[in-house]
Amino acid sequence: MDQQAKIAQYSNPEVLVTTNWLKENISNVIAVESNEDILLYDTGHIPGAVKLDWHTELNHPLRRDYLEGPAFAALMDAKGIGRDDTVVLYGDRSNWWATYAFWVFKLFGHEKVLLLDGGRAKWISDGGELTTDKPSVTSSAYPIVERNDNDIRAFRDEVQSHIGQPLVDVRSPEEYSGERLHMPDFPNEGATRGGHIPTAASIPWSKAVQEDETFRPLSELEELYFSNTGFDRDSDFIAYCRIGERSSHSWFVLKYLLGVKNVRNYDGSWTEWGNLVGSPIATGSSPGTLV
Amino acid sequence: MGQPSRLPDRHRFESRDPGLTLASKEIIEEFSFLEGNTKLELLLEFSEALPELDSRFGDNPELLERVEECQSPVFIAVEGNAENVALFFSAPREAPTTRGFASILNTALNQHSAQEILDISDDFPSMLGLDALISPLRVRGMRGMLARIKRKTAELIDQK
Repeated sequence: MDQQAKIAQYSNPEVLVTTNWLKENISNVIAVESNEDILLYDTGHIPGAVKLDWHTELNHPLRRDYLEGPAFAALMDAKGIGRDDTVVLYGDRSNWWATYAFWVFKLFGHEKVLLLDGGRAKWISDGGELTTDKPSVTSSAYPIVERNDNDIRAFRDEVQSHIGQPLVDVRSPEEYSGERLHMPDFPNEGATRGGHIPTAASIPWSKAVQEDETFRPLSELEELYFSNTGFDRDSDFIAYCRIGERSSHSWFVLKYLLGVKNVRNYDGSWTEWGNLVGSPIATGSSPGTLV
Repeated sequence: MGQPSRLPDRHRFESRDPGLTLASKEIIEEFSFLEGNTKLELLLEFSEALPELDSRFGDNPELLERVEECQSPVFIAVEGNAENVALFFSAPREAPTTRGFASILNTALNQHSAQEILDISDDFPSMLGLDALISPLRVRGMRGMLARIKRKTAELIDQK
């Protein structure tokens, strides 16, 4: 299927753009690259794009939390992004970290945020130009906006009371079953218990993307998230992974491509749940029940 | 780039100090002189300096072993004898951080004795001061790469 026709089928086709669209509109938007590999931008990026470092720029410096309003406004000023600017996010690894940045932009209610379908890899395979020139940016006095954690972010107590309702674990099958907690030669991957939150369905995040790193067509996503689970568009979803990055990708798919009205990302994810004293856990490949 | 390289001279090392080779000490020193993002620029320089993989490995990929601990695919091979161990690395261009780590380990350890490699501190990756700039998981990936090199070096001298 033609990429544009595929995008047109999604619930919110306006948030996803193609390489061609970005080439034509690059002077009217601010392209933002957010990668898993934080050196990748410096090896070459879309002309005019600024770099957003998920590790050092989006997190609160002291607490395990995201930036607060003043720091987010300062970050936007440093990137040359104004409140009314259209931001186009893209990145490596099928937009894994780009969707994470997308989610953080939405915590601050930035309205015009788009995603490049297929991310960095698709831009390159489509013959898009790369440059190592850093763009000059102009601050646009981004207003201080209070972060809104109510609509798209879930906290542990909310997850606890959500058990039995649509809950999606987007990690690998080995992490879900509890077989893999830490990798060989590593003392620990960040949690003291392996397994998943009871009743959570296992839908690894990467199943939502195709070989060329673009999203799967609507019918395939519906099968993956709805037919296989019994959930639907009216369900109230919570997605989680290890620290909330991979589940931002699934959050994006559920909210914007499938049109699920209520979907939250539990960023505490397994590194919180798997360490939380007394939290219920299920192991093995079945969702399990709350005992 | 046009600028003089900040990479340490790979041919100057001749160290018997347990724990760190002279080359690894020089790398630690190079990083310690730099602040914030310039540390990342040095890491990028290392990634660009990783030698091309010897073409014979292209025909014999089974000679390389995948380092599972790394988030990006990186393969290593260890050859030679107790006096002189040769290291080979393969990491994709789309993973410059991983390439940078491989290149640092190559500069620090390639063509050293097996004993020097086995003696190098497991904490060497953490001595570069990159934890605050790169996720701790990635720095642990480099520790995994080092552990794999040591294990394969031990296997190499056991066989002889």
